[in-house]
Amino acid sequence: MDTRFTRGKSAILERSLTRPKTEVSLSTFALLFSEMVQYCQNRVYSVSELQAKLSELGQQVGVRILDVLVLREKNGKRETKVINVLLFIKVNVWKALFGKEADKLEQANDDDKTYYIIEKEPLINTYISVPKENSTLNCASFTAGIVEAILTYSGFPAKVTAHWHKGTTLMIKFDEAVIVRDKALDGR
Amino acid sequence: MSRQGNRGTEGKKMNSELFTLTYGALVTQLCKDYENDEEVNKQLDKMGYNMGVRLIEDFLARSSVGRCHDFRETADVIAKVAFKMYLGITPSVTNWSPAGDEFSLILESNPLVDFVELPDNHSGLIYSNLLCGVLRGALEMVQMAVDVKFAQDTLRGDNVTEIRMKFIKRIEESIPVGDE
Repeated sequence: MDTRFTRGKSAILERSLTRPKTEVSLSTFALLFSEMVQYCQNRVYSVSELQAKLSELGQQVGVRILDVLVLREKNGKRETKVINVLLFIKVNVWKALFGKEADKLEQANDDDKTYYIIEKEPLINTYISVPKENSTLNCASFTAGIVEAILTYSGFPAKVTAHWHKGTTLMIKFDEAVIVRDKALDGR
Repeated sequence: MSRQGNRGTEGKKMNSELFTLTYGALVTQLCKDYENDEEVNKQLDKMGYNMGVRLIEDFLARSSVGRCHDFRETADVIAKVAFKMYLGITPSVTNWSPAGDEFSLILESNPLVDFVELPDNHSGLIYSNLLCGVLRGALEMVQMAVDVKFAQDTLRGDNVTEIRMKFIKRIEESIPVGDE
């Protein structure tokens, strides 16, 4: 066993998960995020690599916020249905992270594996101007990573990517197996 | 004028947890990318410096703080105005050196370290070192060269978190060659 679990000196385990809400300035976050984007940019060669890196960082956040929110707001109960886990993200996760619900949640007309979370003015992109030569770059890849981790670690493996469409759209593509299972659950 | 209009606006706020976790993701990434804790500390300081250089503009525009006349005033503004504005906390200012060129900021809580536990194999990591860079960068832009470092850190088992600041010198504005 990892020694840190037995040391028992850490006060963090004693702290309540339902703490009063604390706030920091959006400027603080914006400056930090900007440094992160620049740091990643210096270590990659292409826009898609940069987005992948930002998504990886987002996943770190997603996997950590998942348990906190499930315990805090869902009494420790995880979602088992696709639509419920998506609503959990649209409502609970968005409120906790960005202070408001996501603008829209839609399912693709032609594909039952694909869903969209649409955000007119995503917080992450508030202070970012995208250079012309990299116009596909979307720093909301970070948010996409958060969503991807939450879905994946809830038992709904998916790929989430960020696109410029009606503002910023996060495209969620579930694994085939997730949809098959969901339909099987419906039958009961 | 527009400057007047800005006065007193607090600026937008956001949930500190997203900030905390984002910072955690960054530190984790740096720990993967660099060989040792020392390098990570340096990188955090550098990023903080870049942030500080930009943050001071934001700060001066938002707060109606004028020029500080001495280091004591600077300490007060940092603790009571700047920390409050950007991190939502107010550290206390203590341990002044007799000459008045050194003081400590004691952080009761530190939004950067919520949820954080340092694993044993990172005993050299100064997790919140970003803050030192921010302070150094911001003060440099108002012509103060300052040495900033963590003297104590609750993450490393100390009772409090203490940032020690030492005034080095006033940076003289240099006139570019050929410019009168």
